[in-house]
Amino acid sequence: MSYRKINIWTRLDWTTLIIYFVLIIAGWFSIYAATYDLENKSMVDLSGRAGMQMIWILTSLAIGFSLLMIESNWYEIFASWIYLIIIILLVITIFVAPDIKGSRSWLVMGPVRLQPAEFAKFATALMIAKVMSVYKFDIMNFRNMTLMLGLIGLPIVLILLQKETGSALVFMAFFFVLYREGMPGGILFAGFAAVLFFVLAIRFDTMWGLTPVGHFLVLSIIVLCIFGLLYSSRKRNENVKFLLYACLGVIALAGIVSLFVPFNLVWVALGFIMVASGYLFFLFFKYRTTAYLWIVVFAVLSVGFLYSIDYVFDRVLEPHQKIRIEVALGIVDDPSGAGYNVNQSKIAIGSGGFFGKGYLNGTQTKLKYVPEQDTDFIFCTIGEERGFIGTITVLILFAVLILHLILMAERQHSAFNRIYGYAVACILFFHFLVNIGMVIGIMPVIGIPLPFFSYGGSSLWAFTILLFIFLRLDASRSDRL
Amino acid sequence: MERKNFDTESRKNVLICIVCIVVVIYLIQLFRLQIIDPDYKDWADSNAFLKQTRFPSRGVMYDRNGKLMVYNQPSYDVMVVVREVQSLDTAAFCKAVGITQAKFRHRMAEIKNRWNNPGYSSYTPQVFLTQLGNKEYGILQESLYKFHGFYIQNRTAREYSSPYAAHVVGYVAEADKKNIAEDPYYKRGDYIGKTGVEKSYEPYLRGEKGVEILLRDAHGRIKGKYEDGIYDVDPVSGKDLTLSIDMDLQAYGEELMKNKSGSILMIEPKTGEILCMVSSPTYDPASLVGRQFGEAFSVLAQDPYKPLLNRAMNGTYPPGSTFKPAQALTFLQENIIQPSTSYSCAHGWPLGNGHPGCHDHAVPLSLIPAIGNSCNSYFPYGLKAMMENKKYGSIQVAVDKWRDYMVAQGFGYPLGVDMPGEKRGMIPNSQYYNTAYKDRNGISRWNAFTIISIAIGQGEILLSPVQICNLAVTIANRGYFNTPHIVKEIKDTPLDTLYTRARYTGIDPSHYETIAAGMRWAVNGPGGTCHGANIPDIAVCGKTGTAQNSGRDHSIFMGFAPYEDPQVSVMVFVENGGFGAYFAVPIGRLMIEKYLKGEIPPADKWIENNMKNASVPFNRNVIQKN
Repeated sequence: MSYRKINIWTRLDWTTLIIYFVLIIAGWFSIYAATYDLENKSMVDLSGRAGMQMIWILTSLAIGFSLLMIESNWYEIFASWIYLIIIILLVITIFVAPDIKGSRSWLVMGPVRLQPAEFAKFATALMIAKVMSVYKFDIMNFRNMTLMLGLIGLPIVLILLQKETGSALVFMAFFFVLYREGMPGGILFAGFAAVLFFVLAIRFDTMWGLTPVGHFLVLSIIVLCIFGLLYSSRKRNENVKFLLYACLGVIALAGIVSLFVPFNLVWVALGFIMVASGYLFFLFFKYRTTAYLWIVVFAVLSVGFLYSIDYVFDRVLEPHQKIRIEVALGIVDDPSGAGYNVNQSKIAIGSGGFFGKGYLNGTQTKLKYVPEQDTDFIFCTIGEERGFIGTITVLILFAVLILHLILMAERQHSAFNRIYGYAVACILFFHFLVNIGMVIGIMPVIGIPLPFFSYGGSSLWAFTILLFIFLRLDASRSDRL
Repeated sequence: MERKNFDTESRKNVLICIVCIVVVIYLIQLFRLQIIDPDYKDWADSNAFLKQTRFPSRGVMYDRNGKLMVYNQPSYDVMVVVREVQSLDTAAFCKAVGITQAKFRHRMAEIKNRWNNPGYSSYTPQVFLTQLGNKEYGILQESLYKFHGFYIQNRTAREYSSPYAAHVVGYVAEADKKNIAEDPYYKRGDYIGKTGVEKSYEPYLRGEKGVEILLRDAHGRIKGKYEDGIYDVDPVSGKDLTLSIDMDLQAYGEELMKNKSGSILMIEPKTGEILCMVSSPTYDPASLVGRQFGEAFSVLAQDPYKPLLNRAMNGTYPPGSTFKPAQALTFLQENIIQPSTSYSCAHGWPLGNGHPGCHDHAVPLSLIPAIGNSCNSYFPYGLKAMMENKKYGSIQVAVDKWRDYMVAQGFGYPLGVDMPGEKRGMIPNSQYYNTAYKDRNGISRWNAFTIISIAIGQGEILLSPVQICNLAVTIANRGYFNTPHIVKEIKDTPLDTLYTRARYTGIDPSHYETIAAGMRWAVNGPGGTCHGANIPDIAVCGKTGTAQNSGRDHSIFMGFAPYEDPQVSVMVFVENGGFGAYFAVPIGRLMIEKYLKGEIPPADKWIENNMKNASVPFNRNVIQKN
């Protein structure tokens, strides 16, 4: 522990700070553009969204400054308390929050409205950093794993109860952190595969001749994965080659046959997986390498998962829940709903071209074709008015920020700092991934804000706190030890 | 320092790779959207979308005999896209739509005021004028091409087949700020049911709005549908309603109540269907349609006699003697009195030194003639006997027991009629009296004498006319009622079970038989108070009421017919009409005849004329708050 007076300003990571400033200022201008109208002239007019965002920016800077002034080890000391307080706030919110646009996540105190879910991110990050930084912490220990899942799962459940599905999903970002700290990569891979299979199976429920497209896609991916995994853990190269040729031959044959005699191609893929599994068993007994067995487990579980999706979706879920998932995945289009919005947002971005239409000259976003244009869909405004130049600049700024944060996390001497740093990077990355992916039509519509850009006091404050705590930790990384 | 059984360096690299892959995928997609694919650019460059709401037609209303009561006519709203208004000839425009230039400027300022019109954007269509009729529309249509930025939106407006039943059907008007805040379905310029059935069945009547996405070129001309209309949604028409109202009966009742203030209610006892609901003074429903709405509404709203108030549902009054049957039923069920129990009367209640006062009749009376003669002494005796009965332990318990009986008979809470704003009335409990009769030291002092006037429907008691009528229904049914309701059928939708299920009062049917006999006596027995309702070939049962209030007494009649197999229950309330027998009884008689016979026999035409021509000056402030 050190109490020596340090000059925080010389040790601060200015790269991060400058990117932060650029992003919030660009966000402010974008919000002004998104809500711009002839009658509404001033950017600092407090009755407009841009004026309010200015207030949020100024208060955020004050918050950020205060956080830098706090002794760095306090964050670790008080992590559990912060987490506890936020959890209590989340519980209270469920009961007292008024219904605003279908979600019960706003805590209204006089003129101030806060969304505790936003603040739960940094609180949880501090908490898991504290728990995991214990000496000799091993994530693969069953007790530890359960504890971690509990700490991450608790806010997720509470936020889901507030009907803020998007914010709850953000906590998935912590699995990247767990991966960095020793969770097997297979879990990350399995999670990714599960999401992918679910989306594909539900999204493509059309028929292609006698073949259900979604199933066929998923099964094909499983086959590809088997090859990939086999290739990476192979003992003999020629085994894989033989299987690959056989597979390609069979598929070509099946394709030709199905042109004349239509049949369900799923059977071909299933048959192939069975043959491959049998072959892998053979390899397992031959070479006694468990990797082969794991590939079989993956294949069997994947196929089982695929067929249980259908069962759950058709039998277990209520019709309105089904509709909600279908809308979120863009299967069901309604004019005021998901499909239309994404289409409009793609048109707005696409119409920007290379250079954009010029600041405040956008028509698509202002015509109110794009919904939530100053919050979740703010990226549209940049795309339309600043063009490809603007969008890649924002993309690169985020990429640099996230990668820089990862490198910063790696240079920390204490496990607490490192884990917290990774959590910051991963949360920002998750927001970036989902928000921009949604706006450009790659991800399903999940309403979460674009960090530093989207209008809103709670989210800007929360991201500022998240980032500045790490800046403070980083500034005194060499003090201890 | 730390033991690691995994390669941290490679894990860091995996995470960095994931980030990079995502960024690259997004870059490719942006490149595709913004540079390669010209489609998106063309969309926005030369086209703009016009999201046009397609309004459903509102459900229509029929009466119980299938007569059309309320339907729709086409009407037109003028919309404006402020940004497109260029070089407008204001004078010509104002002439075409028939408004003054001052009004034009005022409307424009109103539209642009973000405070009152939060959804305002100069790019989207805003409602400029609502409900142009066919003729105005025709004139405007010819010159519309000259006025850039103005459009016509098709709508429908309400039309009524008769000037009656205004309170029953209610009216529709533009959704106000509160409606819009409460339900995002409503947008500025939308219509919403404000009173009556229009309000209570709004979710059924309104249907679902549809939307049509059109493409416009740079000059604002419609080029066709976006993507061949795959994103369009057809509007769903509102559901048609069949009301239980008999329109002929309703019209007749309103004629009889002209120049009087009050209400008439008739209910079919077996089903709880409301056959007519007259509230007077009333207004012509057609006056609250279209562009004259604002003016007509403010005249009606400022009228001191409150023609917009539905007195049958939303007024409460002391019920007077019509409350007595409910008392007798309670005392019988609680075994306080027997039908044979007789009490004396000396032009008033002897124990109260002649208060409450009574009229000349034979003494002593047993229960049946006491109801027939409406003795004001009998029921105070009964109430005192109940309040002082040892089996309750204290008067507090006795009053609360009494109150439970009142609630079971439908008083003290809204019945649940399918009309907005039903009042609960007032049935006091022991706590109420404990608070009301506290002395200086905070000790409650009250006894049976303090509260005795509730036995004859005075004092704190307040009922709404529909509750009084419902009492007649429970007696007609000998012990149960279906919640009174005004909608008989919603097209393709089952009625709420609240309206199809019998609610029992828990009082023995044999006691009801006694009360019915008393009410029959009132019509044809010696000294009966409603001989005026004695129709030769219909066995009418009735009970008069003469309710004291700050002004002249209210004239009330409640009854049902025929005695043995009741087809109809009736309640007539004439504010400040004096004795029940003066106005309420003859009007009740005519209504029963009209319903059961279809017409008034020639011998009774003089009663009809008398009633139609009578005018009762009424006090403005007789309606109670509860």
